[in-house]
Amino acid sequence: MRQTFWTAVSVVVLGVLCLPGSSTAGEMNPAVLADHCAACHGTDGKSPGVIPSLRGKSSSYIVQYMKEFKTDERKGTVMNRLAKGLSDEQILAVAKRLAGE
Amino acid sequence: MAHMTRRAFTKFVGATGVLGPLGVAGFPAIAGAAQGRVVVIGGGFGGATCAKYLRRANPRLSVTLVEKTAQFITCPFSNTVLGGLRTLKSLTYGYARLRDRHRVKVIQDTAQAIDPAAHRVKLQGGTTLSYDRLVVSPGIDFQWGAVPGYDEAASQRLPHAWKAGPQTLLLRRQLEAMANGGVVIIAAPADPFRCPPGPYERASLVAHYLKTHKPRSKVLILDAKEKFSKQGLFMSAWAEVYPGMIEWRASNAGGKVVRVDVKEMSLETDLGKEKGAVINFIPPQSAGQIALRAGLANDKGWCPVHQQTFESTMHKDIHVIGDACIAGKMPKSGFAANNQAKVCAAAVAALLQGKAPGEALLLNTCYSLIGPHYGITVAGVYRPSDEGLVEVPGSGGVSPSNAPAEFRKREAEYAAGWYASIVSDIFA
Repeated sequence: MRQTFWTAVSVVVLGVLCLPGSSTAGEMNPAVLADHCAACHGTDGKSPGVIPSLRGKSSSYIVQYMKEFKTDERKGTVMNRLAKGLSDEQILAVAKRLAGE
Repeated sequence: MAHMTRRAFTKFVGATGVLGPLGVAGFPAIAGAAQGRVVVIGGGFGGATCAKYLRRANPRLSVTLVEKTAQFITCPFSNTVLGGLRTLKSLTYGYARLRDRHRVKVIQDTAQAIDPAAHRVKLQGGTTLSYDRLVVSPGIDFQWGAVPGYDEAASQRLPHAWKAGPQTLLLRRQLEAMANGGVVIIAAPADPFRCPPGPYERASLVAHYLKTHKPRSKVLILDAKEKFSKQGLFMSAWAEVYPGMIEWRASNAGGKVVRVDVKEMSLETDLGKEKGAVINFIPPQSAGQIALRAGLANDKGWCPVHQQTFESTMHKDIHVIGDACIAGKMPKSGFAANNQAKVCAAAVAALLQGKAPGEALLLNTCYSLIGPHYGITVAGVYRPSDEGLVEVPGSGGVSPSNAPAEFRKREAEYAAGWYASIVSDIFA
């Protein structure tokens, strides 16, 4: 049932993406996307718990991990599923932002 | 105080008899220094995050947070209290850091009315706040009486425990007092409602407590739905960890509760009555009262918003985030509220400077615990579309169905890690 649902969602999404002008706002703000990571990795990537910190990691380190999650070369838990939702450009922008570069 | 109109300020001073050292003359100077006045209603996962990130986005914004409680108790992880894994105190947070570190003005009061035309919020205590932009993050309220027999008084006997606090403790005490062999009924509402996997995580952690303390007891879930979040993972985990202990009934199989009988401690469904030793009734919900009163909700009780900025489609310059808003395919979760708050904060900061808000992309991960060392997740990446927020194709989904115990253990550890991170992201 779940699969049917997601297939239906994908069809809708693909349909929408093909429409011209479906994006209504300006460029993505990498700061906001990087801030989203804080929900699991802590504010500014400083994790107070068992989830690894991103603070102090270089952008190339973060990009490498994210790309490996995206292609399932690296087995994570939720990161494989989340990385697949980001474009390579978004991954680079977020990584640079998190690394303060 | 910089948020008050001069009239309201004078009224406030008059009413309380308090006049600061600067007096009225000092007031315009303070207001003039800010690059915009933002009022945030509600200090939960949405509102408190938004207040903090507004100040991070632009330190020259004047941000006032209105929250009715001095101590916020998180709904996320409150099922661990029912399972005997954590105390409610360990889920309780104050607003000192928001006030002292992030310079958010925190007012402990309840928003009573919003005047969208005049850009003013009236508080129960008598204060009136003026805003350039308002963020409303009131969470949910219950539709008392929507299921006959279940009103606020009934919740003292049959707790909902769907807002963490005294209700959580009441339900925990009832579980502790129950005899071995008793039936615990959890009645789950139809979509949409706060925390879609919540009732099923609750069933799991209640079963964890019963298995170790009252092993002859059972959990019966009566559901107003035909299917539920992470259903496959939950049901196979129940068979594996709590065999024979948890029964789930779909809406069409006698799951839908049509009447509550408090005296009899029973729930009536289309197929008959079910009696419980303990009954956790989770009622139908709507956006928080203030959103309904302010005309921010549709006829179903939820608030439609522009999906890039979370600005209300009903009233200009008012944004609605968190459980109260309609965010397409995003679930009503604490994680979603936290992400929406950041998108909203950036949009509000940009709009107040006359800039175009950036394109939004949002994430969500819902962790659920089956037991202390068994966690499962659903994750998603969402982007705005003409159909509202939809998942980016190929992303997201639930934990693998065939994962080894080690994977489940890691997701349980990460659930605790997520909780530690997100509460520090909100309150520290």
